[in-house]
Amino acid sequence: MIAILDYRAGNLTSVQRALTFLGHASTITDSREEIEKAERIIFPGVGAAGKSMENLRQLGLDVILKERLEAGIPVLGICVGLQVLFQHSEENNTACLGILPGRVRLFSSNLRDVDGSPLKIPHMGWNGVTFSRPHPVFESIAEGSEFYFVHSYYPEPENPEHIQGTTDYGITFASAVAHKNLVAVQFHPEKSGPAGLGILTNFCRWNGEDTAQ
Amino acid sequence: MLSKRIIPCLDVRDGRTTKGIKFQDNRDIGDPVEMAKFYYENGADEIVFYDITASSDKRPIMIDVVKRVAETIFIPFSVGGGIRTVENMREVLLAGAEKVSVNSAAVLNPAVIRQGAEAFGSQCVVLGMDVKQVEPSHKIPSGYEVVINGGRTFMGLDALWWAQEGERLGAGEICLNSIDADGTQDGYAIELTRLISSHVHIPVIASGGAGKPEHLLHVLTEGHADAALIASMVHYGTHTLQEIKECLHRGNVKVRMTW
Repeated sequence: MIAILDYRAGNLTSVQRALTFLGHASTITDSREEIEKAERIIFPGVGAAGKSMENLRQLGLDVILKERLEAGIPVLGICVGLQVLFQHSEENNTACLGILPGRVRLFSSNLRDVDGSPLKIPHMGWNGVTFSRPHPVFESIAEGSEFYFVHSYYPEPENPEHIQGTTDYGITFASAVAHKNLVAVQFHPEKSGPAGLGILTNFCRWNGEDTAQ
Repeated sequence: MLSKRIIPCLDVRDGRTTKGIKFQDNRDIGDPVEMAKFYYENGADEIVFYDITASSDKRPIMIDVVKRVAETIFIPFSVGGGIRTVENMREVLLAGAEKVSVNSAAVLNPAVIRQGAEAFGSQCVVLGMDVKQVEPSHKIPSGYEVVINGGRTFMGLDALWWAQEGERLGAGEICLNSIDADGTQDGYAIELTRLISSHVHIPVIASGGAGKPEHLLHVLTEGHADAALIASMVHYGTHTLQEIKECLHRGNVKVRMTW
């Protein structure tokens, strides 16, 4: 059973629908008992960092998530579920979970594309990810695959070893991070067609060992 | 670098598409879920459903369609038509749509844009605009006027002003339909698209007039559109998504080529 953390964020059911399509049982939950029984955890989210952290703390999910990570359970963070793993987010000036060192910043409003045209914020649509090293969750993804993004803030990991993949949008930012039994992506694998479903499938098989580390 | 999005649009009435895909063997698919699956498997970057069901007591049919689509395709899709309130938006989003589009309802009650953005986030709210070219005047300085009721009712609203107002109210995207170009298959309204796109900071989807792949090339380059809506040119099998994307790729427009 996969626990999808219910911290009152949007997008919880679309992750569940993708898992159901792939044949994996999941439950959307905020119950400690259910989360402790789960063999893996997905930490999804659409929403603002401030409200997300407030809900996580109120529900005690910040503590449970850290405990399960310590216990070696595989965890996948998606979008805001990636951002709040860091120490601080510029969105609502929010102190975050601090599981990974680094911060989350707002895209500059004067980003330019390679041809000089101004880039719009949010970064919304399909973009590529350059995977910097092999990882079980990101293996066998077709060359040239793109993923669906929608976000205005981006992570800036302090430890370059945590960067699993990068994406170009005026700047080059970390769009996938990995550390031990934790992986997290800024894009939405549940909305990224076959390539995204491939990542979810890999995650559902993953034992939490980062073979490259 | 971000890809330009190619978005098939399906008109749905009482749970059936009004233009089915006609295959060469004359097989006709009129089920919106089957059509969405077909386009998903053939490289659509997103899908728009436009509910033209006349009576509101048949809305549950559309909600059921949205639920079934969400279980079948794993790319973003939006739903427009008949959405007037935040409650309507919530229903569609909970059923599994990524975005909702408001058009006439937003003209008549602009607050619905802000309410939707506050409740669900700007990324969920698309402002649909139907626009007609008119003589520039004191009231309509841009020479483009907002119309509703399928182009029958002029609202005395300048399209450029309304686009900027929509962004200010919290719309995350604009779907810009030219009533003049719509149905002609002669190409998108390039000047209108460029005017709006270069004066807002949110993505603009060009709509109306697509007949051949070169039309998309023009609107995504000269028109500065971020995405292009297509309908008949793919529904009737005249062109395929693959063919359109290859044309764009050759023309140095970045599009998603792997699916």
